[in-house]
Amino acid sequence: MFMFEKALAGSRRYWGWIFVLLAVIAAGFVCYLRQLSFGLGITGMGRDVSWGLYIAQFTFLVGVAASAVMVVLPYYLYDYAVFSKITILGEFLTISAVAMCVLFIFVDMGQPTRIMNVLLYPTPVSMMFWDMIALSGYLVLNIVITLVTLSAERKSVAPPAWIKPIILVSIPWAISIHTVTAFLYNGLPGRSFWLTALLAPRFLASAFAAGPALLILLCMIMRKLTSFDAGREPIQKLALIVMCALGAHLFFVLMEIFTVFYSGIPEQMQHFRYLFWGLDGHAALVPWTWLSAGSALVALGLLIWPRTRKDEKILAVICVLVCLSLWIDKGIDLIVGGFVPSPLGVITEYAPTLPEVAITLGIWAFGFLSLTVFYKITLSVRATLDG
Amino acid sequence: MIFDRKTFLRISGLSLAAVAAGRAAGASDETSLNEGTPLADSPAVQRLAMVIDTKKCLEKEECDLCVKACHRSHNVPAIDDRRHEVKWIWKEPFKEAFISEQSEFANATFQEKPFVVFCNHCDRPPCVRVCPTKATWKREDGIVMMDWHRCIGCRYCMAACPYGSRSFNWVDPRPYIKSLDPEFPTRTKGVVEKCTFCPERLAKGKLPACVEACTPKAMAFGDLEDPHSQVREWLHSRFAIRRKAELGTSPEVYYII
Repeated sequence: MFMFEKALAGSRRYWGWIFVLLAVIAAGFVCYLRQLSFGLGITGMGRDVSWGLYIAQFTFLVGVAASAVMVVLPYYLYDYAVFSKITILGEFLTISAVAMCVLFIFVDMGQPTRIMNVLLYPTPVSMMFWDMIALSGYLVLNIVITLVTLSAERKSVAPPAWIKPIILVSIPWAISIHTVTAFLYNGLPGRSFWLTALLAPRFLASAFAAGPALLILLCMIMRKLTSFDAGREPIQKLALIVMCALGAHLFFVLMEIFTVFYSGIPEQMQHFRYLFWGLDGHAALVPWTWLSAGSALVALGLLIWPRTRKDEKILAVICVLVCLSLWIDKGIDLIVGGFVPSPLGVITEYAPTLPEVAITLGIWAFGFLSLTVFYKITLSVRATLDG
Repeated sequence: MIFDRKTFLRISGLSLAAVAAGRAAGASDETSLNEGTPLADSPAVQRLAMVIDTKKCLEKEECDLCVKACHRSHNVPAIDDRRHEVKWIWKEPFKEAFISEQSEFANATFQEKPFVVFCNHCDRPPCVRVCPTKATWKREDGIVMMDWHRCIGCRYCMAACPYGSRSFNWVDPRPYIKSLDPEFPTRTKGVVEKCTFCPERLAKGKLPACVEACTPKAMAFGDLEDPHSQVREWLHSRFAIRRKAELGTSPEVYYII
């Protein structure tokens, strides 16, 4: 099926990696079965912090999914040939990321068997309805695009002309998925932490930094472990994109901090206070927040200085810092920080439980498994062509 | 003929209302607090609301008749773990119930006074706006209702509610129900629930369980659109505040100060 057989032939190292991922997935699945029978009470969530790690991972990964547009747009809209080898890698990253998003939403449902109610009773006034449309549409677009372009590449022919408009549609669609995801949060009257028009721009900026940084790391790993070499130039161009997007993200965060603290409205300030300094002795997220801020600042400095950016060893460290910083920003702080303190001013701290972490890791492992298979197929197709 | 669930509920509600109306015509029942107000599920009722006389309510701070009556008649589980608590009506210190009404020179003991809180049945409810399956919706009479069979447990409504009025069943609630009332459904794990203003009682011409249980008569219930209702009378004669009215949700629970 669709070149899948190419994923079944690999080295011992390849299979070792696959089995490690399968083991993590199995552990997550067992924990999910426990959650299914016990209820979401098995997690660290509660009536005050009613969304946690799952929804936060979803938010981060929507960003990773949207970020493919950073290679798709230059390549297809401006015929920027430098990205010709890595564009499909970005698109496959998107498919894996959206698949993880769907799984994270699914495991967060209290009644997962009723999930089709969202389709049975479509409710356009709910942002979740639009998020579902945006995500599933984006998934379909990217599956079609990757299948068609990879098949064409295998046959050494140009992709059919009809795929071009579909690719062009996928560009604004990528922007829309993360915008709608921001709308999930920033239209809620009682949640002042999210109640900011900057949320969608901030989401996009951090996504366009984290996604390409992840793509750079994946290219570097592939260069080390496989025959595929993305080349120096695409990686350097991606690094420039990471620099600009990270700069924009930090600028937006500073805008937020100015507005909140200069206006001095307590309700607005308390969430930032909780994240950066802690409230009434509750400071579980303070080290995370500073780690995130610190690594983003260091990464930005190293990206701006050409000598460090152009040194690929340092660039690898930079990309790890960027991913770490923005994963904390969206994957922990943004969701939990919005719930602490509660709308009644009560501070309830959140920490994920072991089963919750295992389920989360299981979904990540599933994402990496699908990504490994996709990349394996792509590289096999290319190896056959070269050989 | 195929009915969907809502049509069925509407029709059964209407027939119950007809029965209730027939009964009310025959006898003067216990709904004397709101005499003359058709509280049953009828098209005439447009904006059900509650007014709480906090002076009366605070006379006996430890009183929890309303909480007990509500939780007993609705099979609300008593879960000790604060994170997993389910509550429809409860008491919250003034400083939390009215978080925007704080001042450092306010009487410190007043800040701690227990105020009874529950779903505000907002006229413009954010929870209804966000629900992706219409499992929570606003009825014609103003009640913000829940369908526990449709709820997928996404908890978007909990994020949207600025009052913390919604509870999620983090675990199976049934083992925690002290005395089961077979007249009312129990819930399953994984769905959200909250105060419903007792439509099952209104349909029988009764007042909500909390109002009926409040012996100091500190709660008034009725239709705001009816100029002769008790809620309008109380609001006309005395000063009342609402929780976070500045958010534009138009909460329909009023607190006479």
